[in-house]
Amino acid sequence: MNETLFTQLVDLTAGAMLLTAVLILWRRELAVIVRVFALQGLALAGLVAVLAAHEDSGELWAIAVGIGVLRAGVLPYLLRRALAVAARRETAPLVNVAASLLAAAVLMMLAYVVSAPLVSLAPSPATRAIPVGVAVVLIGFFVLVTRRRALSQVVGFLLLDNGITAVGFLTTAGIDLAVEIGVSLDVLLAVLVLQLLTTRMREAFGDTDLDGLRELRD
Amino acid sequence: MMILTPILVPLLAALVFALAGWRRSTVWLGVGSAAAMLSLGVVAAMSVVTTGPHDAGPLRIDALSAFMLIVIGAVALIAAVATPAHLRAEITAGRDTARTATRHSVLVHLFLAAMAMAVLAADLGLLWVAIEATTIVTAFLVGQRRSRAGVEAAWKYVVICSTGIALALLGIIVLNHAARHAAGGPLSLDLAELGAAAAGLDGDVTRIAVVLLIIGFGTKAGLAPLHAWLPDAHSQAPAPVSALMSGVLLSVAGYAILRVKVISDVALGAGFARALLAVMAIASLAVAASLLLAQRDYKRLLAYSSMEHMALVALGAAIGTPLALAAVLLHILGHGLVKASLFVGAGRILQVTGTSRIAAQAQPVTANPGSVGLLVVDGVRGLAARQPLLAGGFGFGVLALIGFPPFSVFASELGIVRAGFAAGLGWATAAALVLVLVIAAALVSHTSRMLLGEPPDTTDTSSLPATTAVAIGAALLACALIGIATGPLTTLIDLAADTAMGVR
Repeated sequence: MNETLFTQLVDLTAGAMLLTAVLILWRRELAVIVRVFALQGLALAGLVAVLAAHEDSGELWAIAVGIGVLRAGVLPYLLRRALAVAARRETAPLVNVAASLLAAAVLMMLAYVVSAPLVSLAPSPATRAIPVGVAVVLIGFFVLVTRRRALSQVVGFLLLDNGITAVGFLTTAGIDLAVEIGVSLDVLLAVLVLQLLTTRMREAFGDTDLDGLRELRD
Repeated sequence: MMILTPILVPLLAALVFALAGWRRSTVWLGVGSAAAMLSLGVVAAMSVVTTGPHDAGPLRIDALSAFMLIVIGAVALIAAVATPAHLRAEITAGRDTARTATRHSVLVHLFLAAMAMAVLAADLGLLWVAIEATTIVTAFLVGQRRSRAGVEAAWKYVVICSTGIALALLGIIVLNHAARHAAGGPLSLDLAELGAAAAGLDGDVTRIAVVLLIIGFGTKAGLAPLHAWLPDAHSQAPAPVSALMSGVLLSVAGYAILRVKVISDVALGAGFARALLAVMAIASLAVAASLLLAQRDYKRLLAYSSMEHMALVALGAAIGTPLALAAVLLHILGHGLVKASLFVGAGRILQVTGTSRIAAQAQPVTANPGSVGLLVVDGVRGLAARQPLLAGGFGFGVLALIGFPPFSVFASELGIVRAGFAAGLGWATAAALVLVLVIAAALVSHTSRMLLGEPPDTTDTSSLPATTAVAIGAALLACALIGIATGPLTTLIDLAADTAMGVR
């Protein structure tokens, strides 16, 4: 793969990740959010695949396939299953859509400022895409704290995680394989736990609007 | 093989519980496994003191990890001794069944194994995986009661802690990036290797990594700003689990911060982590003090007090002199013992009285005319007259917690404060001291309302189970003994403080 094509493909997949993150911030229907999240999983898998092709590493190819299966297949499937029993729409997030999109713009600028030292430490086409990963992390964090539906919060957490994974591969083309497997397992487990809790929450509260969570406060 | 045993023992116990279930023959297995962990910790400490750190693949044991193993073993032993009586009472009351008791035991042992792995990990990545594993395992323990409050606490716990720990992962990735491009050639994430060669790391990148790592692991340690999960999780978990979470889980996360600080001090100078930790410590103390003043729930009272003590640990780490770090380690041990005994006591009080509220005044609460049909639950009061032994244990526990001599918390708090003034962190230390005094006053006034006064007219005379009394008494006695003389622990604590300073 020549260098120009590599740069373009990295930018394309990273750009797709950012675009899907913004779309998740924009849309309110949970079914759409889950579908967009699956697309982001595909973009992440694509990004790793591009890196794998560039480095010509079989290990990375295997990881790319694993990421695709987990983040574009298994996780969206679990979310959809939770959706079948939960509410359909993100009603009244704490911050409205227009303000959220503005916030996303600010977060992106923040991401560029914060990750400048990471890029300048080892400039390359891959590391130059790091700010995009950081922006996805920040947008995920934003979704997590401003959404009220339990399922939207899970999506926010997963966005955050996709961003972190992207940064991980962009910086070093993958940390230790063992750590990578541990991380993926942990994400899967955390989502399983959260899914279980969503079901229990519905049993206990009747809905998964976190406004119902008002029993424990000081 | 030797290093692996503290992880294998609880794993094996979990397996036995999973296969055999909670029955008469397995009731005391938990005590056996905890005692084995404690003695393995002691053996490991002795061998480390005489021959230095050992390596075994992805695991390493040095003085600091050996000390943490002893803390985990000691607190686990207290919780394990109190567990059978707790579960028996819950089963009698119909809140638990043999099945949930089995699940409880399996999860607790997996939790112990994960904590042992966290302190033995040689590698920052493995440390992270182990700490994340504790979150997942304990989430089920927190949400064991499928009540609204239980589910809510578990949800907050998983969401906030997973997010915090995800930030720590980002920190590890960034640190790894810096390590790969270090001035003296690429480094791995091995803690000792990084600590030794951290001077070659790029400053700007390492700074981002350290902030993410300290905030991330600080979440799990219950430090502000991401502390909101702590009071809920601690108040909703079953008593022996609260004892473990408060007594050791928080300090295992604190241990991770100490390890990060070693790297940060070499790469960025001592000032950076010091400023960050001091700010987080004062903020946590302020939050704990403000929420303790009007607290009406005694399990939350204990939870906020844990926040206070982890803030003191963070402050001691910020000071960072050998005296401060030795005091921090002593504080971790003393707080673990006292808090475990208090949570065991609180669990028993909850079983006896059926409420986790503290009575507002000496007068019983009168029903609000508007809320007809609403059950007005009077809080706990006059416990000393009804349950003298339990009340005595709880009262002494609170005294130990606020730092009365001869308990070791007195010695360690004094050590941290002295070190703080000596090291030029006078303002932060003075502010912390004022907040600690406010918290102590709040604790004493709330506890006295619980223990003293006219008891409500109940004919309940259930006596304190002998094992519960032993657990509470032994923990307090151990804390007092350590406070009087640390004895052979002194060498280990000094060595561990050296490790936390980055000297090997």
